[in-house]
Amino acid sequence: MDDHLPNGRVAAITHSSRLVLRRGVKLRRDPVRDRWVVLAPERILTPNEQAAEVLRLCDGHRTVGEIASLLANTYDAEPDTIAADIMPVLENLVDMGVLTA
Amino acid sequence: MSETALLRAQAVPARPAAPVGLLAELTHRCPLQCLYCSNPLELARASAELSTEKWIGIFEQAAQIGILQLHLSGGEPAARKDLETLVAGAVRAGLYTNLITAGVSLSRERIERLAKSGLDHVQISLQDATEEGTHQISGYRGGLERKLKTAAVVREIGLPLTLNAPVHRLNLDRLPEIIEMALTAGADRLEVAHVQYHGWALRNRTALMPTREQVKHSLELIEGSRARLKGVLAIDFVAPDYYASRPKPCMGGWGRRFMVVTPAGLALPCHAAASIPGLSFESVVDKSLEDVWFHSPSFEAFRGTAWMKEPCRSCDFRERDFGGCRCQALALAGDAAEADPACEKSAHHGRLMAIVEQEVGAPRGALHYRRY
Repeated sequence: MDDHLPNGRVAAITHSSRLVLRRGVKLRRDPVRDRWVVLAPERILTPNEQAAEVLRLCDGHRTVGEIASLLANTYDAEPDTIAADIMPVLENLVDMGVLTA
Repeated sequence: MSETALLRAQAVPARPAAPVGLLAELTHRCPLQCLYCSNPLELARASAELSTEKWIGIFEQAAQIGILQLHLSGGEPAARKDLETLVAGAVRAGLYTNLITAGVSLSRERIERLAKSGLDHVQISLQDATEEGTHQISGYRGGLERKLKTAAVVREIGLPLTLNAPVHRLNLDRLPEIIEMALTAGADRLEVAHVQYHGWALRNRTALMPTREQVKHSLELIEGSRARLKGVLAIDFVAPDYYASRPKPCMGGWGRRFMVVTPAGLALPCHAAASIPGLSFESVVDKSLEDVWFHSPSFEAFRGTAWMKEPCRSCDFRERDFGGCRCQALALAGDAAEADPACEKSAHHGRLMAIVEQEVGAPRGALHYRRY
């Protein structure tokens, strides 16, 4: 709970944040519809392939910076560019209660 | 594509989308006697309940047709001695499993076994923030202490927890305490749901109908608490229909996302669908889930928009709210194919405020408890 500010809000995401799916949130392949789904109580989200790839890398151990480096290798791009791309996606997923620090 | 093939393709109506959720009412047995019980007026006896094997077969079929989430409900699902086996079967089938329980009859050992079986999430009902209120609403003495103990065990074991609080006149003044209780219990999520007045709840509407002031305060409190607790406790809110101007997309649209299976194996498009006359329901013991979902007349009855009358038929929101709740349309407009009177476009909408005033002003009278 160290990443919680005194007012209860989660601290902003930085390059050193280690994000993980919140308790009760599962990322699964939906074989019938051939797509990724994020399952939470009373909620089903359908991330696109890119968002699903980022979610799969959020294992609570890797930092956001490390994830950006991994993706930079895969896509032959600058880590900083990737980080700038994925940061808003990650922030959105934290706000939606999918990811947590 | 040849012209005939094109014509043929146009002539075939689009197949409805596959369902995403299954609500398995494992049993109607329940230790609580809530004033707003959402089980049908006619309850299934224990002897009529489906066997372990039948349920697991249903879960496997569910996953095969595209269902992703399973809500194990009742009644009290823990009344089934085979609950752990059922959870394990559902997990094997690949379903996300959510246990919806009153939380008064689950031992620590059982919760540990359920977690080991792969249960994904637990939802515990909360009737009130006081023992006295909990007793008044559920007819069950000492329930709150048991629920909080169950919640604590769920969290100790590491399962995610939702608390679900149906709200109404008798407990709305303690909503701040209910929210604090969810925080203290370590819940991930709190559902605050205004009671819907059909089925059994209609009998207690006079006692349960909230006042305008209560509704106003509750909306402000929810809004403030959501902002204050962002990232700590997610709060979902089900608005009060009688004070609404737009209807809710009940079940996300009839026959569009969810299937309900009753303790005896009847497939329903909504848990209260049996209250609608003229619909006959099929048993998933005799037919496959796929067959029922795609071909059953009861699922077809209010699916999509073709069944709609005005004002729904030409309404811009018809694909968003699907005309609201069919059971409420029946209860208040006398016809399940009418617009839900919660909608301001309904010719019956004006009656809602008249009913609110009448109910709020009337002497409370006797409370009708739901005994199994």
